[in-house]
Amino acid sequence: MKHVPRAANLPEHLANYPEYELIVVGGGPAGLAAAVGAYQAGLRKILIVERDTFLGGILNQCIHNGFGLHHFGEELTGPEYASRFIDQLEGTTIETALDTMVLSINNTDAWRYIHMMSKAEGYQVLRTKALVLAMGCRERTRMQIQIPGSRAAGIINAGQAQQFVNLEGHMVGKRVIILGSGDIGLIMARRLTLEGAKVVACVELMPYSGGLMRNIVQCLQDYDIPLYLSHTITDIRGKYRVEGVTVQAVDEHFKPIPGTEVDYEVDTVLLSVGLIPENELSRAAGVQIDPHTSGPSVYENGETSEKGIFACGNVLHVHDLVDYVTEEALAAGQAAATFVKQEIRGSETPNEQNRIEPGQQLTSSLIALKTDDHIAYTVPQHIRLDKLVEMDKNVRIFFRVRQNYPEPTRVVFRDGQGKQIAAFKRPYMAPGEMENVSLPMTLLKQMSGQELKLSVEEIA
Amino acid sequence: MKKDLKREMICIVCPRGCHLQVDEESLKVTGNCCEKGAAYGRNELTHPTRVVCSTVKLVSDQLCRCPVKTDHAVAKDKIMDVMAVLNQIQVHAPVHIGQVLCGNIAGTGANLVATRNIDH
Repeated sequence: MKHVPRAANLPEHLANYPEYELIVVGGGPAGLAAAVGAYQAGLRKILIVERDTFLGGILNQCIHNGFGLHHFGEELTGPEYASRFIDQLEGTTIETALDTMVLSINNTDAWRYIHMMSKAEGYQVLRTKALVLAMGCRERTRMQIQIPGSRAAGIINAGQAQQFVNLEGHMVGKRVIILGSGDIGLIMARRLTLEGAKVVACVELMPYSGGLMRNIVQCLQDYDIPLYLSHTITDIRGKYRVEGVTVQAVDEHFKPIPGTEVDYEVDTVLLSVGLIPENELSRAAGVQIDPHTSGPSVYENGETSEKGIFACGNVLHVHDLVDYVTEEALAAGQAAATFVKQEIRGSETPNEQNRIEPGQQLTSSLIALKTDDHIAYTVPQHIRLDKLVEMDKNVRIFFRVRQNYPEPTRVVFRDGQGKQIAAFKRPYMAPGEMENVSLPMTLLKQMSGQELKLSVEEIA
Repeated sequence: MKKDLKREMICIVCPRGCHLQVDEESLKVTGNCCEKGAAYGRNELTHPTRVVCSTVKLVSDQLCRCPVKTDHAVAKDKIMDVMAVLNQIQVHAPVHIGQVLCGNIAGTGANLVATRNIDH
């Protein structure tokens, strides 16, 4: 669906657009690293737009440690990790607009128009050569997973509880049960225990945990909190406040098994049942969304289906580790800088042979990444061979498997004719842990056809 | 019957989560990918330790909690003692990362330090 740009119809007083080379929507870990990446690559007119009154995004409430082992080689807490990037902005020309909400994005060939609103500046329209989407994600709620039972107070998302406890200093309950074993739920199990609550159990519908193994060890096992796999909450009781829940085992079709009901007396239910990339702005701007990631479908450099609009971080796909967000965002910022330089050069000597216009016949240099049933998705979804330059010797491909692989397996790339292009060994894989491989460009150039299929295969 | 002398555990040093086997007598660690993992495995059998992260009360125009951590890992059975001490602490902005808010907290030898810069 292509939207109609409205920028041209704006009242005159708004049509005097301040101009930027790059605008980044979102000032969390992805947005900060994207801006830094673009600055390092030579852009100077950069603006970060953040709806909160602080930079750092979700890192501010993630006060636990374990961040930065890959990127900085040391163990940092969330706020410390954020400060490493916030400090880097000092002394640069990167501007920030805090407490400012982006309302919409209109894309035209030459410019991306950003409509935004703040208490301090009111309604503003800016334009930029390149745009990076870094809005992150939000939590899936009770409504989206349909738990039966009463609508008493005390049913809270784990990340929401994390904000209450860590930023606002409010305790959320005394006896707590956690539904879902995502990392935030595990982290909150430990956090609430430290703050004096009794966490009676963590209940997971799937036969495996959605969180990192290390969090199961240091957040649940350290505090003797039981984890029930293949179980779910089938009833919530309480009129004004939650008074209790029923937990039941489920069969392989996730149907509750009669006779397995166990009642727990709790006053709080925390939900850690998944994250959804926040793409309302992207969709409205015409950006194509991949139903498997719920994020934009992107090329090898993070560019979306819309010209000049890039995406990185949890808005693109939900990550387990901020270090990978940083790496992805630095690359997206650098790619945006390359784009801006080409645009400026291109407007002097019009030469756009590499651009794939909507509806244009795909050239042989465009490779679509496909997956077998064992792999949930890949990012990027497309690779443009002709865009790969000498310095990108490898293409980093992120993916998630759909089931646990406790034994060693191989992940294999095959072209349309079934020829093996590359294979990587993995000692074990789990859906809760995002995998990545670096695919050498030289191997990509040996493939035939326009499809590259990623599959999990047994070791022969 | 002879007791199984290998203890299985998952390393929590980094997100890789290596599956370690630690010999309970010789403390020899296998299954680790790095030296840090070996040290973790040995420690976990002899004297398990953890870094404690929490918040303390903050007087500031901007925020009401200041995130903190112990500057190194403390004995696991001292975690609740550390929590009891830090729950009594109140700090005033400005605060900077690494600022010591309580030395030798709960007799652990570790200092409690701020983990966020709060200007005013």
